[in-house]
Amino acid sequence: VSHSQITRLYSRFTSLDKGENGTLSREDFQRIPELAINPLGDRIINAFFPEGEDQVNFRGFMRTLAHFRPIEDNEKSKDQNGPEPLNSRSNKLHFAFRLYDLDKDDKISRDELLQVLRMMVGVNISDEQLGSIADRTIQEADQDGDSAISFAEFVKVLEKVDVEQKMSIRFLH
Amino acid sequence: GQRSLESHKNSSQNFAIVSFQWDHVKKPYIIALWILVASLAKIVFHLSHKVTRVVPESALLIVLGLFLGGIVWAADHIASFSLTPTVFFFYLLPPIVLDAGYFMPNRLFFGNLGSILLYAVIGTVWNAATTGLSLYGVYLTGIMGKLNSGLLDFLLFGSLIAAVDPVAVLAVFEEVHVNEVLFIIVFGESLLNDAVTVVLYNVFESFVAIGPMNVTGIECLKGIVSFFVVSLGGTLVGVFFAFLLSLVSRFTKHVRIIEPGFVFIISYLSYLTAEMLSLSAILAITFCGICSQKYVKANISEQSSTTVRYTMKMMASGAETIIFMFLGISAVDPDIWTWNTAFILLTLVFISVYRVIGVILQTWILNRYRTVQLEIIDQVVMSYGGLRGAVAFALVALLDKEKVKDRNLFVSTTIIVVFFTVIFQGLTIKPLVQWLKVKKTEHREPKLNEKLHGRAFDHILSAIEDISGQIGHHYLRDKWSNFDRKFLRKILMRRSAQKSRDQILNVFHELNLKDAISYVAEGERRGSLAFIRSPSTDNMVNVDFSTPLPSTVESSVSYLLREKAGPVCLDMQALEQRRKSIRDTEDTLAHHTLQQYLYKPRQEHKHLYSRHEIMHSEDDKQDKEIFHRTMRKRLESFKSTKLGINHSKKLNKIHKRDRGQKRRNSSVIPNGNIPSDNPVPDFTLKEKDLEFSESEENNDYETLHLGKGVDFLANVTKQNFTDTPAGIDNPVFSADDDQSIYTKFSPWLSSEDTVVPSQRARVQLPYSPNNFRRLTPIRLSNKSIDSFLLADGPEDRPRSFLPESTHM
Repeated sequence: VSHSQITRLYSRFTSLDKGENGTLSREDFQRIPELAINPLGDRIINAFFPEGEDQVNFRGFMRTLAHFRPIEDNEKSKDQNGPEPLNSRSNKLHFAFRLYDLDKDDKISRDELLQVLRMMVGVNISDEQLGSIADRTIQEADQDGDSAISFAEFVKVLEKVDVEQKMSIRFLH
Repeated sequence: GQRSLESHKNSSQNFAIVSFQWDHVKKPYIIALWILVASLAKIVFHLSHKVTRVVPESALLIVLGLFLGGIVWAADHIASFSLTPTVFFFYLLPPIVLDAGYFMPNRLFFGNLGSILLYAVIGTVWNAATTGLSLYGVYLTGIMGKLNSGLLDFLLFGSLIAAVDPVAVLAVFEEVHVNEVLFIIVFGESLLNDAVTVVLYNVFESFVAIGPMNVTGIECLKGIVSFFVVSLGGTLVGVFFAFLLSLVSRFTKHVRIIEPGFVFIISYLSYLTAEMLSLSAILAITFCGICSQKYVKANISEQSSTTVRYTMKMMASGAETIIFMFLGISAVDPDIWTWNTAFILLTLVFISVYRVIGVILQTWILNRYRTVQLEIIDQVVMSYGGLRGAVAFALVALLDKEKVKDRNLFVSTTIIVVFFTVIFQGLTIKPLVQWLKVKKTEHREPKLNEKLHGRAFDHILSAIEDISGQIGHHYLRDKWSNFDRKFLRKILMRRSAQKSRDQILNVFHELNLKDAISYVAEGERRGSLAFIRSPSTDNMVNVDFSTPLPSTVESSVSYLLREKAGPVCLDMQALEQRRKSIRDTEDTLAHHTLQQYLYKPRQEHKHLYSRHEIMHSEDDKQDKEIFHRTMRKRLESFKSTKLGINHSKKLNKIHKRDRGQKRRNSSVIPNGNIPSDNPVPDFTLKEKDLEFSESEENNDYETLHLGKGVDFLANVTKQNFTDTPAGIDNPVFSADDDQSIYTKFSPWLSSEDTVVPSQRARVQLPYSPNNFRRLTPIRLSNKSIDSFLLADGPEDRPRSFLPESTHM
């Protein structure tokens, strides 16, 4: 991440931080109007906050955003033994997985899936239909027959999706 | 003169009771008649859904015009009607451009201004230069035969044929729904290239007039300077009038009826003033609309705003219809027809080819600087959607036969080019886009998972983009909004409007607090975890809506597809179904349902601008639903944090509340779904409830029996949220309401830092703590827009966050 990118993000961070205490709370995020009409808005906000805390500092802010850096080609050839960069495909998928998996048991259960589906779908769908969609979704992905989607299954079923592109934003130079 | 003569004649013979005064009314009558014909034509076209799906309206209108022109010609052997440049430039074009400017999505526009400017200026110059020069080059080779034009004439022609036309572009893009960035770029380009066109046209015209010998370097330099003067001057004129308009609208509180008039008159004046000063009139009126929209909308009353919107749309739509029809009619004029195969063909080829090249080059440059990239499909749409239209025709008709010897040739060529682009390209762009989109996702069928998670990713990405504020240039925008807040608002917006926006932010938090406190009771009742499992609440709401859904899904998929007349259907599964007969039905159904009902992410779903409809319903509904749900969840989670704080409960309130409930329940239950035009008695009940519980007001509420509570909540939710069969609704936002109300109440869509007080806060009355109960949404009718009636209360504060309430 280049210097100018960091400065931009920092200025964004400070402009969001109305209380000017160097950290962001949930209210600060909620103040962003577009998030209120984004079905997954609140969950994404929660993703910024580490476990149990209510404030996020700039470092945490950056960390979460770093997931969305586009994958550079030169990184692919980097040393495989080092820690995986935050914006690798696997970590991007993990980010999304964590949004689904509320109880953090590393599985997306039918209920959790239903919740997400309900959030993303209008009110015109009846519960039975939603339930059947959820069932089919799990069926498609589930390989070990536990009626839940584990992270590995999640990765497998999305192998053809261009995650790198869908979960990356290009920061200006 | 005529009349008096006739009456004089008549008076000498006898008194004519009734006489046929044709000449007297001829002019206005014919105008009115043409307008009527155009409008009737529109009705007729839209009767046939199949036709309008395939053929863009503009094409149909041109054909109709041709037909009518043919009739007139056959009848009279003269071409009596044609689109004169005067009429076009003074009466027909301004409404369209004003409409475009006034409803321009500002944020998007200014966010992409760099790209737009690049395409508008460089692109147009490139097109003009290359087309003109190539035509000249070919001419020199002699293929075109004998013409009377020199290099300058060709350049002149190139400049007027190069400009992409806003009227035509819009007309076609209404049919093809593209993503918002692409739309704004093409649209913005078509608007802004007027300055370039005007300058080039004037420069070359005067060059042609003074003769090629006298064109020196100085003249060229003057030409370049004039470009800047014309464009910036036009913009400044527009901004000045916008300022004037906003200022005036600030003081029109007592003359509400003529408020809409000001908008139109002042904007039109900006157009004429720029025209008078030989600046770019289109730019003037565009920027007048763009700059004044925010202030005017804040200042004028709801009804005036509605009036302005409808009138503008009507005039713009009408003008567009007339333009296209007259384009057709004017073509039937044998006097002007000169045919030169090579010239015409080559023009067509050149403009298409050079546009494509230009777009590719510029996009390549732009993509290095843009956050959101422009992909191949965008470029294809951009090149293919570069339609020429009436502006080119009007410009060419303005040419003086004496100065430009080949005027007729140019006119005929222009007509052919315009017809070709509008009809052919307009017809084929939709299938082309469809084919391309399908091609991208063609080779494999996406699985349910992929669709679902893919959509989730889109939402995630938009959210992250919003959080990180990467769209647009925020530094400038922040500076601007600071400037705006400090100075402009104070001058240009009504005091009440200003206050409302400022205070909303402050009030929001206080309300949230009070809400949270008041909802502690529910939390207690249902257990704090129940709120986290919010889908259950949603389920309760959904129960009654045994809507068309099962039946539509069961009908054949192809039928469903046909119903989606508008946007391109990207449902791969559904498309597959049409081809293969054997398919897992359930699977398809699941796919299709998902496709149909998944919320669309931000990039896709906004139909930003439409001449023919007041945009609203679908996307607003989605926004409403999501917003509603989000706010509720936030309040609930806020509540559950508050849960830890408020511990003391008093039991004696239970019974009183029960009694209040029972009274309410009894009125609620027999009705099932409360008919929505019956809110007044309901609210009087609520009022009584209030008085009832007022006596022992305190900030802590009791737990009620779980069952009763659940029922009550169900009934409350049912009552408040089931006004329309569509599901979650809210007295404040009724489905019929104009978009303006929604935008009024959701100013976040236009500005960053105003936040709407939670809707639930307004709805759930009986539980409000002290000061909060003062806000009573009383809905007198479905269409009531001033939804706050303040009970008399000591505080003035809540009143101030109403956007202008006029008649309560």
